[in-house]
Amino acid sequence: MIPALDRKLLRDLWRVRSMGLAIAVVVASGIALLVASLICFDSLETTRDRYYARNEFGDVFANAKRVPRWVAGSLDELPGVDRADTRVVAGVTLDVPGTSEPVNGRLISLPDSGRPVLNGVTLRSGRWPDPGRAEEAIVNERFAQGHGLDLGDQVFAVINGRRQRLEIVGTALSPEYVYAIAGGDLLPDPTRFGVFWMARRHLATAFDMEGGFNDISLSLAEGAAPEPAIAELDRLLEPYGGLGAIPRAQQISHWYLQNEMTGLRGMALLMPMIFLGIAAFLLNVVLRRMVAVQREQIAVLKAIGYSNLRLGLHFTQWAVVVSVLGGMLGIALGALMSAGMLNLYMEYFRFPDLIMRWSWAHILGALLACGAASVLGAAAAVKSVVRLPPAEAMRPAAPDTFRVSLLERLGLKRWLTQPLRMVLRNLARRPARAAMSVIGIAFSASIMVLASAAMDSFEELMQLQFNVVQRQDVTVTFFEPEGRAAYYELASVPGVVEVEPLNGASARLRNGNRNRQVGIQALQPDAKLQRVVGADYQPVRFDRTGLILSRKLADVLGVAPGDTLRVEALQGTRPERDMVVSATVDDLMGVSAYMEPEALRRFLSDSATMSGAALGIDPAARESVYAALKGMPVVAGVALQHAMLENFETFVAENMNNTMAINLLFAMVIAFGVIYNTARISLSERSRELASMRVMGFTRAEIGVVLFGELAILTAAAIPVGLGLGYSMLAGMLAAYETELFRMPLVTEPATFAWASAAVVGAMGLSAAVVRHKLNRLDLVEVLKTRE
Amino acid sequence: MNGNGSEANGALAVSMRDVTKVYQMGEVEVHALRGVSVDLEVGGFLVLLGPSGSGKSTLLNILGGLDVPTSGQVLYRGQDLTRADEGELTRYRRRRVGFVFQFYNLIPSLTARENVELVTEISEDPLPAQEALDIVGLADRSSHFPSQMSGGEQQRVAIARAIAKRPDILLCDEPTGALDITTGIQVLEALERVNRDYGATTAIITHNAAIATIADRVVSLADGRISRQHVNETRAAASTIQW
Repeated sequence: MIPALDRKLLRDLWRVRSMGLAIAVVVASGIALLVASLICFDSLETTRDRYYARNEFGDVFANAKRVPRWVAGSLDELPGVDRADTRVVAGVTLDVPGTSEPVNGRLISLPDSGRPVLNGVTLRSGRWPDPGRAEEAIVNERFAQGHGLDLGDQVFAVINGRRQRLEIVGTALSPEYVYAIAGGDLLPDPTRFGVFWMARRHLATAFDMEGGFNDISLSLAEGAAPEPAIAELDRLLEPYGGLGAIPRAQQISHWYLQNEMTGLRGMALLMPMIFLGIAAFLLNVVLRRMVAVQREQIAVLKAIGYSNLRLGLHFTQWAVVVSVLGGMLGIALGALMSAGMLNLYMEYFRFPDLIMRWSWAHILGALLACGAASVLGAAAAVKSVVRLPPAEAMRPAAPDTFRVSLLERLGLKRWLTQPLRMVLRNLARRPARAAMSVIGIAFSASIMVLASAAMDSFEELMQLQFNVVQRQDVTVTFFEPEGRAAYYELASVPGVVEVEPLNGASARLRNGNRNRQVGIQALQPDAKLQRVVGADYQPVRFDRTGLILSRKLADVLGVAPGDTLRVEALQGTRPERDMVVSATVDDLMGVSAYMEPEALRRFLSDSATMSGAALGIDPAARESVYAALKGMPVVAGVALQHAMLENFETFVAENMNNTMAINLLFAMVIAFGVIYNTARISLSERSRELASMRVMGFTRAEIGVVLFGELAILTAAAIPVGLGLGYSMLAGMLAAYETELFRMPLVTEPATFAWASAAVVGAMGLSAAVVRHKLNRLDLVEVLKTRE
Repeated sequence: MNGNGSEANGALAVSMRDVTKVYQMGEVEVHALRGVSVDLEVGGFLVLLGPSGSGKSTLLNILGGLDVPTSGQVLYRGQDLTRADEGELTRYRRRRVGFVFQFYNLIPSLTARENVELVTEISEDPLPAQEALDIVGLADRSSHFPSQMSGGEQQRVAIARAIAKRPDILLCDEPTGALDITTGIQVLEALERVNRDYGATTAIITHNAAIATIADRVVSLADGRISRQHVNETRAAASTIQW
């Protein structure tokens, strides 16, 4: 037997089901985002942690020029170190059959007996290389898939100018290359970066590393901090050309994964809060209207002895049912969404197996959040129920009081028809509700702006990088700093029309206990291809002595122009000197220090400072240039502008539509939820007025002005607020995501604003169409008989 | 249109013939009108008397173009309202009919004068709003909102609103139903004056028999039929009636 009051609840729920549903969908969207983000986060974290643990992913990484094997014995003795592993690792240029372009490769040694101590490799297909066979190698799975390489296929590594055949005997994954990205790239390109594991003895022979190694990984004892080990390791490796050790947090694959997970966590907090906040507002508006309509009923219920508590609960229950239903729908949707999102993540982040993980605590938390939103939304209505004295409630409510609105008092009055005055005064009578509606609708516009402007900004970063900063077709990096000979060798390649030397040196900058290992680039005053560009998109003019730092680097090191830094070169004779920071530059990619070329040469006291070159090539001669580059012994890596651009465009094409569609959907849910409920409440409050007007001879279109005029004004007010809000949210987000690898410029295309506005106007049109249907069914006779 | 109601020339503003109206109320059929024939003479003052449920509101709604009969004919100056579509009925109400309701139905967000202007803005040859308020004796209350006025004042604003369009027909549904006698009489005086000075054909429905004395003609309804019809030899002044 259902108590009578609960039966009333069920019927109330049914009676205003469309408004309840609209609110439930807003709740569901927020909870879906929350649950999907949490499931993704939990799954990625569990998957990552298990993978790292099982494959013993290192905690500290370092490389050096060449370290004699006997040093390996002392690595275990470093503070906090549990285990150590040494390898031979070499960057090479790959010649992949069927691909004319030179591809960047990394060759990594496998122990001649047994398996790696750290950074374990997971075999996905085939077998391990036979240590007796020099050509056998296993390759990272994604590269094999990207090039359609099968077991038994061959690729060629260019080692010291010689083509060394590599036969693929297996495919593998490694925790070091979950996000397999080549240095300097923004997006992983599975066809442009291949990792190969092969027997150590052959690799050592090829790279002159017999009896030595150049790559070190350490794992730390539980709870040990990496800093002491890093400091000792750097000291230990210094005589052997150590390039500075980094903790796991700076390991590039791990960094990208961590960055993504931080973003997920941010999304898990921010977006659901917006949705639930809007749902609470809508619940508040609908419930208050319900209490107003049910004044007499409430009075009767009080008169026959129902307590304030019971009645307050009755109205709260309505809100709780709506939002918990929405919450449950959201949990189901979120679970579905998370599967899609994780699939997308697995495209970019490669794990041997994905462990789907969700915690009941999170689900419970999601439901509690719904409960909290509903209680918050019901509070004001419940308060008015409790305050209503039974006797007074039996009388009709006092007529609403109105006043002349501000716009009219400002002198616009004579331009306004009576229906428009009605609209303005209604809005002015409940400014808080109007403001909340505007904010609600504005959030929907801001979500659209945020999503699409983030893409705009990313696109701008790419365009800036490719069209303003790096205007070369090809960037070549060398194994070792080279002299003028390398310049002439490149310039003599047929089809190379321009060569610009890139002078740089690896160095460590130190300010007290803060330090970073960066490249110091020589700024060519007349550079045409590779330039240093500030936030104003103008090339930085180099007219000072001293060190110019990326602003982000200056922030990280805690220095400002005028401060002094300790600069230690990590190459040649490894000179050290104090230098004054003369300026900072707002560059967008990576962090660098810049110096005048002559000053850099003097500091290094070395003539061989050419670390690579930027090339302009004749598009017609592309193939022959590629072939020549593949054969050059000095070339360690080749970055191709057009390949990066194409990869970026593929990424945008693959993700843009989905992202836009999902965000459009969420934005529409909010906009529709807010506008539809506003319109329904308005219709409920004013059906009597509108029916009276119909009786007096106003047409449907004319009374539509009164109802939809209000929506139009709210929407029109919300759009600029929403665009501004979206822009500020984007600015906040970009500032929060400013990293040492890249900073996105704050850019919004006019089309983004236009789309966001159009989406909100569309949602308004949709709400108006639905409500119009109800408006047309207004019962003129009935509504005149009853007294509100 | 300046004439005296008691000297009606016999031309018909509206003529209803054998009108029936059947409502479906849930599972039962309600016969609200069972063959009613009534004429409204131009400039006449008609009172429709009857207890609740007698069908008088239905009759008024059909006269006002808010509802259409189930059978029978309704002619407005020769135009058949029973065949009019939604748009034609709207135009009929807009141009020809003024309504006064029991609960005034003023727009709370508009002042007295603006409530009148609401109608004059969509009319072809309206009275100035201020003049309409003057007629009902509320010239000095024109900038008050409904919430700042008494019930009687609100009803007189409603009358001003109804007459401002210079309607052919003024239909009043229990115009004094929510008022005490003093204010009720003020409202009836206003209606009387409008009928006399502006010649608007006026029909009032009420269950209050005392009001019948101010009419030219009184039609009593009971159970959906006309039970009695008579013509008052002399019309009493509104100020003299008692209830």
